[in-house]
Amino acid sequence: MQNKTNSDVRWMGMPALAVGLIVIVAIALFGWQFLLAESELAVLGMVALAAMAGVTLGKTGLQASMSAAMRGHARSMNIAILLALVSVIFLLGQEHFPLLMLTTTLLYMTVAFGLNVQFGLTGMVNFAGASFFGVGAYTAAVLTNHGAVPPLLILVAGGVLSALIGCLLIVPVVRTAGHYSAVVTIAFSVMFKTFLEVNDVLGGPQGLMVGPMKTFGWDFNSSPVFLGLEMSFYVNYALLGAGLAALAFMFVQRLERSWIGLTLDSVRLDETASACFGLNVVRAKVLAFTFGNVLVGVAGALYGMMISFIAPNSFSFSDSLLMVAIVLLGGMGSLWGTALAAVIVVILPEKLQIIQEYRFLLFSVVVILVLLFRPEGLIPRKVRSYFPNWRPE
Amino acid sequence: MTDVLLEFKDLGKNFGGVRALDGFDMQVKRGEIIGLIGPNGSGKTTSFNLMTGIYAPSQGEVHFDGADITGMSARKVYEAGIARTFQRSRLCLPLSIYDNIMIGNHARLNTGLWFNLFQRRALREQIEEFYTQARDLVAGFSTDLADRMFEPVGSLPMIERRRIEICRALISEPKLLLLDEPSAGMTHDETAQMMDDILAVRERMGDLSIIIIEHEMGVIERLCDQCVVLSYGRKICEGSYAHIAADSEVQSAYLGMD
Ligand SMILES: Nc1ncnc2c1ncn2[C@@H]1O[C@H](COP(=O)(O)OP(=O)(O)OP(=O)(O)O)[C@@H](O)[C@H]1O
Ligand SMILES: [Mg+2]
Repeated sequence: MQNKTNSDVRWMGMPALAVGLIVIVAIALFGWQFLLAESELAVLGMVALAAMAGVTLGKTGLQASMSAAMRGHARSMNIAILLALVSVIFLLGQEHFPLLMLTTTLLYMTVAFGLNVQFGLTGMVNFAGASFFGVGAYTAAVLTNHGAVPPLLILVAGGVLSALIGCLLIVPVVRTAGHYSAVVTIAFSVMFKTFLEVNDVLGGPQGLMVGPMKTFGWDFNSSPVFLGLEMSFYVNYALLGAGLAALAFMFVQRLERSWIGLTLDSVRLDETASACFGLNVVRAKVLAFTFGNVLVGVAGALYGMMISFIAPNSFSFSDSLLMVAIVLLGGMGSLWGTALAAVIVVILPEKLQIIQEYRFLLFSVVVILVLLFRPEGLIPRKVRSYFPNWRPE
Repeated sequence: MTDVLLEFKDLGKNFGGVRALDGFDMQVKRGEIIGLIGPNGSGKTTSFNLMTGIYAPSQGEVHFDGADITGMSARKVYEAGIARTFQRSRLCLPLSIYDNIMIGNHARLNTGLWFNLFQRRALREQIEEFYTQARDLVAGFSTDLADRMFEPVGSLPMIERRRIEICRALISEPKLLLLDEPSAGMTHDETAQMMDDILAVRERMGDLSIIIIEHEMGVIERLCDQCVVLSYGRKICEGSYAHIAADSEVQSAYLGMD
């Protein structure tokens, strides 16, 4: 199938790695300017440019070079992407709002990576993503307000609580066939918001203050100074968010490229046949759901600390739907697709007021179009390769 | 150790009012190939499903390799050493040939979370070791197929899919292999190839027992040591192919259906 080795894949005479690095720099510069763009016209122009670039470059063989670089130079490329992201954060330096947007995107990305393990790999749709995100955020609120739990541990606690509640929901129904996970998570999503609204200890409809992230004596709500410039305090959160998203990406990618990933795929595609080959279907589902929910909860805890004030309205059923839409749009089981879709779903509505008002309607239409015309999503998942570029001989 | 690997005693299954299988007694010896035949809806697939834990029997017992496996879960049955293919091929079409075969190898895969996430070097050794085994197994059927281990199964023609399904069942080195209409949807030539494949498997794995459900009488005649005929959920005849072919009840069961 792949007769060309990676070093043969060239684009305009350049080796794959060079092309890959150029593309990363180009995307980083574009992203930086896009986050800063203010007029709607400029935003629309840039969106059109990105769409055109995406379509035409795929046809000129650039895409082949990109994937060759990702396969053949996985480590260098990953480091380059992370460095580019950190550079963009520092370039944005003093811009509060773009940094907030970027960090929110990174946290939603983390959530969507988690949902991808549940939905994309295992076939269990989770319609309570925003609720479990909220479980993380409320855990952070309660723990920062009471007692002296180290905030890094609070992130962990958010993940653990989200996973525990997820287990309580899913374990009783996981043996029954059908769309049980959809049903129980919808029910939970609706109940969770009502529960918060009537619960005075958790602030009722008004919500709760959340204390800041602090590590090693550093308060994330104070402004860092870099090269003599005082930066937005969001730089702290953006850096931590980038680290979290990168970690989540790495974990989910390793999971997918392993016997566990194979097990989850098998369970999604044919439960009965799986059981006939000794797979423990219940274990696989519980593991996938827990794994995904940990990521969702950790991201939620950090989100709460960042925005410092949370209310039930931020964790509604519609937000859960948006999170599922990210997975569908990006491509079931596709991590890069999920990352791209998270960017589109979170940033576009913030940039374009027209979209903001109709975003739920718009994304519903987009999801339907994707399901009809490109069911594998924006960046379709590839056949599993357990290690980058691994083809044993 | 007795000669008998598998034994049904008075096995029966009702689906609501439908009596799919009724008082079925059968024995399979080690190394034997048994042909299970009968008109459509006579209970052949049901007997496989009862054996492999997909359904629990309504009556009777299944004994395998000296143990009572009646009503055991599909997982336990696989661990006891029974592997199968399905009448309607049930491969994971988007997954590669290698992945599909590894699903059959599940008992030997280390699926610990820590191992898979953090002991990548050890994982890699396991993946490469099993790759060699899977490739050799596939090469026994088709060397061309063995060169395409990382292609999605969905892109392959029916005969190749059947072969992969058989490999998926064989990789775990079962004691008993159940084949449910392996020639379904195949051309005449493909069916002939498939029979060669099965005989080659038997050559390589001497004491493997096989039960094969087939409508092609040519296949039954060529492959099977013993035949069992079902009609309306009951066993109406058993013995050598010549014996059952000459049996008047068998003839009328088939003529009655056609
Ligand atoms: N899950 C089920 N629920 C209800 N009835 C069933 C079920 N499975 C099988 N049956 C019925 O049991 C009977 C035997 O079916 P089975 O599939 O075992 O037949 P078969 O001999 O394999 O036939 P074929 O040659 O068509 O594959 C049929 O009448 C069928 O309709
Ligand atoms: Mg059948």
